[in-house]
Amino acid sequence: MSSNVELEPGVTPESGLVTTDSFDNLGQMGSSLEEIKSASAVSQSQESNESNSHYDEFDESPNCMETTAKEDADLEEYKEWANKKNHVFVLSLAGKPIYSRHGNEDKLAWLFGVMQTLVSFVQSNDDCITSIQAGDTVFIFLVKRPLIMVAVSKTQDCIYQLISQLNYVFNQITSMLTLTRLNRIYEQRQNYDLRRLLSGVERLIDHLLDFSEMEPSFFLGAVQCLSLATSIRDSISSTIVSACSKIKNLVFAILLADNKLITLVRMKKYYLHPADLHLIFNLVQASESLKNSESWTPLCLPHFDPSGFLYGHVSYLSEDCQACLLLLTVERDIFFTLSEAKQRIVEKLRRGNCLQAINESLNAKEDTCANAGFTELRHYLYKCKSTAQFYQPSLSPPYVLSKQRLIDLYKRAYQRLHCTTRPLKLLFERSSDEVILAWDTKGFELYIIFEPLIDTTSAISLVTKLLNWIKKKEERLFHLTSPTFLK
Amino acid sequence: MKTVVGKVVVLGYQGVGKTSTVIRYVENTFTKQIAPTVGASFFTRKIRVEDTVVTLQIWDTAGQERFKAMAPMFYRNANAALLIFDITSKTSFESMKGWVQELKGNVEEPMVLVVVGNKIDLAAKREVSRDEALQYSKSIGASYLECSAMTDQCTLADKICAEIVLLLFQGVGVIFDKIAIGLLSLSGQNVAHTLKVYDNEIMAPSSELEATDTANEETVNISIKSIAHGRSVGWKCC
Ligand SMILES: Nc1nc2c(ncn2[C@@H]2O[C@H](COP(=O)(O)OP(=O)(O)O)[C@@H](O)[C@H]2O)c(=O)[nH]1
Ligand SMILES: [Mg+2]
Repeated sequence: MSSNVELEPGVTPESGLVTTDSFDNLGQMGSSLEEIKSASAVSQSQESNESNSHYDEFDESPNCMETTAKEDADLEEYKEWANKKNHVFVLSLAGKPIYSRHGNEDKLAWLFGVMQTLVSFVQSNDDCITSIQAGDTVFIFLVKRPLIMVAVSKTQDCIYQLISQLNYVFNQITSMLTLTRLNRIYEQRQNYDLRRLLSGVERLIDHLLDFSEMEPSFFLGAVQCLSLATSIRDSISSTIVSACSKIKNLVFAILLADNKLITLVRMKKYYLHPADLHLIFNLVQASESLKNSESWTPLCLPHFDPSGFLYGHVSYLSEDCQACLLLLTVERDIFFTLSEAKQRIVEKLRRGNCLQAINESLNAKEDTCANAGFTELRHYLYKCKSTAQFYQPSLSPPYVLSKQRLIDLYKRAYQRLHCTTRPLKLLFERSSDEVILAWDTKGFELYIIFEPLIDTTSAISLVTKLLNWIKKKEERLFHLTSPTFLK
Repeated sequence: MKTVVGKVVVLGYQGVGKTSTVIRYVENTFTKQIAPTVGASFFTRKIRVEDTVVTLQIWDTAGQERFKAMAPMFYRNANAALLIFDITSKTSFESMKGWVQELKGNVEEPMVLVVVGNKIDLAAKREVSRDEALQYSKSIGASYLECSAMTDQCTLADKICAEIVLLLFQGVGVIFDKIAIGLLSLSGQNVAHTLKVYDNEIMAPSSELEATDTANEETVNISIKSIAHGRSVGWKCC
């Protein structure tokens, strides 16, 4: 299949986002899979037996006892806990519980013990445990010194996505403490209880996990931009640049709203990794408290530099414009300088009617497929690889009420295209509910959900039509420039 | 009009209600499920004390241990410290004492100190007695007040208890009024060099007076006479 579009939509000579596929999780995915293949041939079968027996034990033991009311309640709670679809655990190399997505870590000490034992048992053979398959449950282990992350999933989620999720969790923790500090803590005390330092971060991790399961941006490794006329977006960017022209050591200015990027201004030579941006989106979404005031917070962006903090002036533009501005610098005490700069930015944006334009775009929402004239399309994701940006239309029936199902369709298609053993360039799959087309080219990835009765020829001609439509609208849908600070 | 600009740092253990107290003051609202503070939040608020405008620049810090290294940034130039603990948690009281030690060791300029016992709506679970808190506050030269950021009201039991208690507990607003008055008297003594005093508003640099877009900027009028007492009473309670 070839498209008639000359340059794929959304392409631009320079982007503010790192655009290589060098996601650390992607890199690791590759090697992890190799490891799974070579290492698990022996260890996997052993381990799965072992873990099965553990589980059998815990499943059955309560039945052998006479149960009191309290035990019944405990058992109920335990069953409910055990039935959760996706578990995520974080522990130290010494086996100290740090985080459990469901349930209280302290009550699960036995389980953390088992996980630590598995990891160290395999390690003692100079090997590294990566996954265990037990019936319909998969256990993924990610050992990233000084932490161990474990995902237990009953869903069909592919291994890449679980590993990617675990990487995000690790990065979330790093972003609060820096990797350097994390390492130092455990060098000094192997048995340290990290929860002391992470109070409040559980909420961020909880949110991150939910977020990463529901947002295409995570598996695509891209961000969505708020639709805006180029003139508006440019004027917002240049306002930020000029208001900050005298400020030294400002690294990034990020303006976002409703989980979409409005603009990113960066220091020359430095780029922001989409995975770091996802952590920022997560922080902003999960922290209602940022809305009330201006905040000043240290923040480590693990892909940018895992060893140190940037300091962020974080505030919403104004009560009547709920876009969040982050000014990130390496200086720890220029809050007031940045606060004044923010003031200037808001005043100028207001005068230039940019606040109004942002609000209009936020209120208008994106087109649905039908609104844009594509009645046989239900939904799609278009990712421009070179800018790490993607676009999706608004949800329309039948997915409005079952977004999870739509996301699962996409995740599965993504997995089919990217699986390392047998990657596909093109996928066309028909079921009684829908037709899904996934296409991976050098410049873009496209995932389209069609009505189930569409025939192949019209599907293909619609792809071309859609690409042309996106191309025509690209200036609105994507952030095509990459503004930099003057200093 | 004479203008005093003072920096106020809010310190205390995580979860004692620092943010809730500040939000109650600047917005007069309360959110049960408030998200933990990220780093530190900045608010400004003006209070008119007789013929002077006192601008409070309030730093609400995060109590989490991982932010501890950041704290000096906020208290270094502070002119007043609001030290909050949760009356239902002895740990939070001890932690608050730790902050006082840290201030004494690191800040040379005189400071207005106000100790606040929060969450008195949960008086049934009280772990820190008024006496103890008062004794301690006196010993460090601080005022002591109690409040509930949640209800911002006296409990009925308290009302019945004694008039003295009413003086001790007068709502969240009083806490900040007390700070403003303290700052004003500090400015009169000419001992605090970081406390900024301007003869009129025009002379103050705009950055120190202008409200931020999101912060609340109403001016509140108070009179010293109406609240200045309340410390010299003998403290005994039921
Ligand atoms: N019952 C009660 N709860 C309060 C009061 N003030 C705060 N809280 C609760 O205590 C928790 C922590 O409050 P927060 O203001 O975030 O504390 P901070 O960490 O010191 O800023 C929140 O769940 C609040 O709802 C109060 O006066 N009474
Ligand atoms: Mg707080």
